[in-house]
Amino acid sequence: MGHIQTDNLCREFVNRRKKKREDGKYLPDEKVSVLEDINIEVEDGEMVCLLGPSGCGKSTLLRIIAGFDKQTSGSILIDGKEITGPSSDNIFVFQHSGLLPWMTVWQNVELGLRHMEDAEEKRSEIQEYIEMVELDGFEDHYPRQLSGGMQRRAELARALAVNPDILIMDEPFSGLDFLTHMKMREEVVNMHQFLGKTILIVTHDIDDALIMGDRVVVFSKRPSQVKMNRKLDFPHPRIVFNKQTELSKLRDELFLMLGVSYAV
Amino acid sequence: MMKTETHSTLTKSIAPVLSFTVLVLVWELTARLIVRDADVLPGPFKVLESMIELTVTGSLFKHTVASLFRVTWGFYIAAMLGIPLGIILGRSRIASMMLNPIINFLRPISPLAWIPMAMLWFGIGDQPAVFLIFLSSFFPIVVATTVAVHSINPTYFYVAANFNFSRKEVIQKIVIPAIIPEIITALRLTVTIAWIVVVAAEMIAVQSGLGYLILDSRNGFRMDYVMDGMIVIGLIGLYLDYIMRRLGRIESASWGIGQA
Repeated sequence: MGHIQTDNLCREFVNRRKKKREDGKYLPDEKVSVLEDINIEVEDGEMVCLLGPSGCGKSTLLRIIAGFDKQTSGSILIDGKEITGPSSDNIFVFQHSGLLPWMTVWQNVELGLRHMEDAEEKRSEIQEYIEMVELDGFEDHYPRQLSGGMQRRAELARALAVNPDILIMDEPFSGLDFLTHMKMREEVVNMHQFLGKTILIVTHDIDDALIMGDRVVVFSKRPSQVKMNRKLDFPHPRIVFNKQTELSKLRDELFLMLGVSYAV
Repeated sequence: MMKTETHSTLTKSIAPVLSFTVLVLVWELTARLIVRDADVLPGPFKVLESMIELTVTGSLFKHTVASLFRVTWGFYIAAMLGIPLGIILGRSRIASMMLNPIINFLRPISPLAWIPMAMLWFGIGDQPAVFLIFLSSFFPIVVATTVAVHSINPTYFYVAANFNFSRKEVIQKIVIPAIIPEIITALRLTVTIAWIVVVAAEMIAVQSGLGYLILDSRNGFRMDYVMDGMIVIGLIGLYLDYIMRRLGRIESASWGIGQA
């Protein structure tokens, strides 16, 4: 489960004008078209990276898929059904931390499992997801007590714990330092191979898209249209920098020394 | 925060002692050299002496308890009604469109302007005083709560929708914890207002409390008792503020600290 199909999807925003014109009449509201005729299909279990200039509407598309926003025209189907609103089948991972700051890591991960009846089963499941993102020992920490990378991992654990069909990530690596970014990227790839969920990732980083994606979709400037939609049929781990083998080797060595095992 | 941390705790505890000593010294010199009339401005020693006297007879304690009792009730009722109303106004557009004009109309009316009504409705005793304290705290609490609800980061509501929160869960798990830091600040400011109003309220309708002590002593030309009352009011004000600040340091309530 996790097939997405968009059909001539459009989204316009209305820019309300407050100022009167000189002749005293109001100008009609200005319409800004953000997404125009978007036709993409995401297969079940695919990891799709969305690239494009800032403000081109990639995030808007994600918000529509998550049910936080609605298209102006066209249709979007998830597993053949219209989106009626937010649902725990499609979990959104926010660009800036979406962890609830007044809850500990444990309580945050528990959000998706709060309806489980068997307390013991619930406890072990929460523990399992916390261990999956290597946050064991930090269960009782509040988000502000964690580093940026740990916060993202905690949010990832919270998202995975619900067992969603689709994981929607809006620039999940922004604001992380270089090495944390590499490690997180690696973890997301591993997790995707292991769990096989449909994942949509908005990114600015071409490397991210090339290394992670099963498919890359490139958007144009506003009003956005799909400029490129290409399947990446390369096995993981992928190596992008291999023009100069000597340098590439040294790079590998440095990465390994600093804790990123697949030199990327 | 950064600046105070550079000073040692010793300096921190000595500084207020030093400034209070200077204050008492200035007071003593003014009383002794400039005013020179204990009936107009009694010196610190006279005031201390009479404070001991009032403490021994137990009347100072009795008046303090009476005032604290009224403030506690008035403030408690204001918080119990004001916080929920503020949450409703913050969450419901209809409620805020209907009730905000009324609240903004009543808000600038000084609680003291209600004194005639309060006496007429509640008679003589604790009730009119409690009512006035309630009025003084209620509106600031409602307004602060509404503002706090409006300023909750919208991301948290998206998270709530994403995890299929019920309306009750949104209030319990998002709204209430999100506004706690601001509510504590609001309560801290409001309890001071309530404490200011209790003195005024006690000058009209009751036969006890620190406000009554001051008024009664003025009628008897005992300025030293008047000052005793003022000093106790100031000390309790300090203590109330201290309690409220302590509340803000509870871990799950202090999530706002250090957030960008």
